[in-house]
Amino acid sequence: MPANPPASARSTLCARFDQVSKLFGSFAALRHVSVDMESGRCYVLLGENGAGKSTLLRILAGLLHPSLGTVRVFGDSEPQKARTRIGYMSHAPMLYDELTAQENLRYFRNLYPGRACLTPAEALRQVGLDPDLDRTLGQYSQGMRQRTSLARVLLPVPELLLLDEPFSNMDIESARQMVALLAGFRQTNRTIVITTHQRDLAAPIADWILTLHAGRVASFEPGSPATTGLDRRGDEPGRPAR
Amino acid sequence: MTRALWTHLVKDLRIEWRSREAVNSMLFFALLVVVLFSLSFDPQGAFSRDIAGGVLCVATMFASVSALNQAWAREIRHQVLDAQRMAPTPGADMFLAKVLANFLFVTVVQVVLAPVFVVMYNLRILGDAWKLALVLPFGTWALVANGTFFAALSIRSRNRELLLPLILFPIFMPALLAMVLATGSILTGDSDPSLWIKLLFGYDIIFTTVSLLLFEIVLHAE
Repeated sequence: MPANPPASARSTLCARFDQVSKLFGSFAALRHVSVDMESGRCYVLLGENGAGKSTLLRILAGLLHPSLGTVRVFGDSEPQKARTRIGYMSHAPMLYDELTAQENLRYFRNLYPGRACLTPAEALRQVGLDPDLDRTLGQYSQGMRQRTSLARVLLPVPELLLLDEPFSNMDIESARQMVALLAGFRQTNRTIVITTHQRDLAAPIADWILTLHAGRVASFEPGSPATTGLDRRGDEPGRPAR
Repeated sequence: MTRALWTHLVKDLRIEWRSREAVNSMLFFALLVVVLFSLSFDPQGAFSRDIAGGVLCVATMFASVSALNQAWAREIRHQVLDAQRMAPTPGADMFLAKVLANFLFVTVVQVVLAPVFVVMYNLRILGDAWKLALVLPFGTWALVANGTFFAALSIRSRNRELLLPLILFPIFMPALLAMVLATGSILTGDSDPSLWIKLLFGYDIIFTTVSLLLFEIVLHAE
């Protein structure tokens, strides 16, 4: 059970980790992690390689099951059931090199039948790419692939965005453009969770910065979105680890 | 056919059309096997009819393994499978689309291989040739349905290229025997292949159903 009371009456809980551990054989990728994540906030996960950032994200996405403890996403104890409300972007593009961006996005859009999705062209424009670009993804630069990958994530209009190293392999200008883009999403009341090694890049949009070390929560400190003119929307910006 | 199944199938066919990885590798391998066997045995008349069914089936079986491995390797390459797992469509659609795509690729190879085979082995069919139109698709389906399932099962294994034939071939053995005996019966005209065709059909139904039922578990296994 959570040890701390709700941070504010206005906030709603998006995800809750309660004493979550994840073991891969004898290796513990996460150890007794307890975190609450509120809707409409941006959480930045920091930590060295192997700290457990990607594992935490994959558990949130319902792609991994915790070995111990419970995870609730949108109030459901099985994150798998909330998958359609979650957009997950890995450090790999999760797209086919042999298809164009439009073809890739059309394919994924058709996997969400009956859901009001963005059109591939809309999603590509949102990430600043030309929808009429008639090249296969294999011919794209790394930065363009990352943007196309983000466009894929945005297609089903997810409420929770999980972005694993979104700025990796990007030049500084492209990375800044992506940060500006994410700042825009943050203001549409979506919850964003970002893992990165580039603290300086992500810090301006972070409501909370969570640092993991060897699978444990080392620190959970408030970010500084106000410095970019972004509103925190609440009495307290987030909720600390319990 | 559901929309999701169609979406997966079109994607698989489009990627294969652009890369031609599966068909080219299968075709090259199968042609090599057929030519090598014909040079080794110098098949003529009755002897060629006796061994032709076996050579064709074994060539198809070995050639298919490379394509079956590639089918899932494509999904793993850039973690596309994770994006597919996040989508709300049933895994059975993805599996069936993959089986259909692989079935088409193997059939294309067989169609190209058939005239070469007839020429190299001096074949003259003495039985009901039209029955080959049942035996080959049923046998091919048995191979690709099982192969696609077991390729998915071994996808997260480091030695998946080795693992697939080790799991697939023993399980495919009854279908292979039925396929070889039915083809042999048709080529020689000595016996009625109906029993073997029925066996192949039953095998297809059972293994496709079991694979469809279990695929969701395989897809979401960690």
